[in-house]
Amino acid sequence: MHEQDQHRPPRAIAFVNARLIDPSSRLDQRGGVLIQDGRIADLGPHIEAGAAGEAMLIDCQGHVLAPGLIDMAVLTGEPGHEHRETLATASRAAAAGGVTTIVCMPDTDPVIDDAALVDFILRRARDTALVNVHPMGATTKGLLGEEMTEIGLLREAGAIALTNGKTSIANAKVMRNVLAYAKDFGALIVHHLEDPSLAKDGVMNEGEIATRLGLRGIPAAAETIVLERDIRLVELTGGRYHAGQISSRASLDVIRTAKLMGLPVTCGVSINHLTLNENDIGSYRTFFKMRPPLRSEEDRRAMVEGLAAGDIDVIVSAHDPRGAEGKRRPFAEAADGAVGLETLLGAALRLYHNGDVELSQLLRALTANPAHLLGLEAGRLAKNAPADLILIDLDTPWVVAPERLRSKSKNTAFDGEQLQGRVLVTVVAGRVVYNYADDPGP
Amino acid sequence: MALLDLSEEAAQLSRQIDKKRDDLRGRTLINLFFEASTRTQSSFELAGKRLGADVMNMSVDTSSVKKGETLIDTAVTLNAMRPDLLVVRHYSAGAVELLSQKVDCSVINAGDGSHEHPTQALLDALTIRRHKGQIDGLIVAICGDVLHSRVARSNILLLNALGARVRVVAPSTLLASGIERLGVEVYTSMHEGLADADIVMMLRLQRERMISSLIPSQREYFHFFGLDFEKLARAKPDALVMHPGPMNRGVEIDSNVADDVRSVIREQVEMGVAVRMAVLQALARHLPNR
Repeated sequence: MHEQDQHRPPRAIAFVNARLIDPSSRLDQRGGVLIQDGRIADLGPHIEAGAAGEAMLIDCQGHVLAPGLIDMAVLTGEPGHEHRETLATASRAAAAGGVTTIVCMPDTDPVIDDAALVDFILRRARDTALVNVHPMGATTKGLLGEEMTEIGLLREAGAIALTNGKTSIANAKVMRNVLAYAKDFGALIVHHLEDPSLAKDGVMNEGEIATRLGLRGIPAAAETIVLERDIRLVELTGGRYHAGQISSRASLDVIRTAKLMGLPVTCGVSINHLTLNENDIGSYRTFFKMRPPLRSEEDRRAMVEGLAAGDIDVIVSAHDPRGAEGKRRPFAEAADGAVGLETLLGAALRLYHNGDVELSQLLRALTANPAHLLGLEAGRLAKNAPADLILIDLDTPWVVAPERLRSKSKNTAFDGEQLQGRVLVTVVAGRVVYNYADDPGP
Repeated sequence: MALLDLSEEAAQLSRQIDKKRDDLRGRTLINLFFEASTRTQSSFELAGKRLGADVMNMSVDTSSVKKGETLIDTAVTLNAMRPDLLVVRHYSAGAVELLSQKVDCSVINAGDGSHEHPTQALLDALTIRRHKGQIDGLIVAICGDVLHSRVARSNILLLNALGARVRVVAPSTLLASGIERLGVEVYTSMHEGLADADIVMMLRLQRERMISSLIPSQREYFHFFGLDFEKLARAKPDALVMHPGPMNRGVEIDSNVADDVRSVIREQVEMGVAVRMAVLQALARHLPNR
């Protein structure tokens, strides 16, 4: 679609002959969806080709029609590192990956720690992005973990949640105050889990592989220690807390316990930690360097089990674009992170094809759960819900070719991998923002 | 094994008046050192010269790295000068392998971070074999800063492959996580770790380790892990004492032990040249001829 179309009301669309899957209502049935004025006007088995009327008719040929994905952890380079990724390029990648809402991290330059910067992101997104963009605000100024930001004003400006980005707040008192103060504004605190002193100098998971490669390790305890502390502070303050990405079995056990205690605690996991492990680093492949680090196969299995059991609430892409200047370096010196918007769904479907996680459970962690946590109307197929949805071909295999990715940065951990299943059509607010037939690739 | 045999020949040659061969005549060897080194760099230089190569030494100090040129740019630049052999030391694990992907010539790892130092392991194996006749079945105790040591990792791999029983002896803070999975027996006491050892291989302890609170003091370290005659008495009477150098006398090794008849530290240096000649000769056979 072209940018000049964005301000015209979208044409009505009728998706027919689809397999409708809506995790929030446990719907999985044949039928269609009628979209008018950017919202879902009607849905169900009675929406057929004959009922389309004026609407543009899309025959889904039995493919899955589901809510668009909501990705709670996306880094772009805007502002400050636009050569890596802009909101515009990230949104094109998102559209092609079936992600209709991106929640972007405040780790930019400058850091999103001021209401004016939240406003900047929202305006830039309105003018340049194809999908919904919600910025998260910083919990502390400059993400330094010392002074609390104007959490109330950030919220009013449109910060959907607050986070200290890719760093943990090391000071327990600051963390306590952030949780307590944010509670008054109903704000969700999303936290990165990494004890800075234990993780210092570490570049990958601690253990045999790191020892063989001669690389410094980061023990899983660096994550669990922060998580356990945070749970105590949630108990103390009652603040809403979301562990952004867990990566180890020990952390999963802590989350389970916190949930049993009835605390307002949830957690996410990155697609990387669900589908890759430390062995993938092989001989120093820097595209597999990330934070938290890829853990053991045993930990990966735990992440998959936690997702299947519903203990892990959310899957994120952890999209983190990095240029060659950051990645074509010796492992210890290379930048962390991998792009993930365009491979999120295909990689997640591996878990479905393997029989590890049911399709509706997988989609729930990518749609209804993040929507619920963030208080978004989207993430469901329901009458009057925003018309953010995707048509998915579950079975067609494809090979990830980095040069064909829409992201400005090509640092994909799935370089050359075969994935099975892809997005055919992406609709945001009733507009088709991606159509595989017109625009194949990656 | 063939490399060790070739090294023996090189060791013979190095003891002659005329030490020159022409295996590498017309070839260019560049020593590219991103980290300071005396013995490794000079022994590669001598090895190259004794085989007739033109040798150039390049020390890339950290300041020029900080100017922003990346390792890969440096590699591409050097590659354009058409060397035949590149000997590389780098402070970062995996850096030599990364560099080797970007150049056309043969690359020899002269030590990369805490990862590997293959020619050191070869020269250690050669030294051991000259004294013990074989390596199979020997008990080798590698003692000290295993966590940061590329010498330890390469020796564990090579000596294990040659049939030795390898032990590592260090305080828990200087042992790498999962090290037992590399096929070694782990000891945290010199008393136990040196019992009946045929070879006692000491590792260098860097002063930075005390700053990062891995060990409390030099004094305490020497008391528990420094090699003195009392601890050495636990090993076999004919045990060899080895050290890759440079030594910190009085930190990881008692000065008198270092100079004892059982010490083969100086011979290790001599074998260093021989092994590096053998490695260069072996590679020379595979260099393209036109």
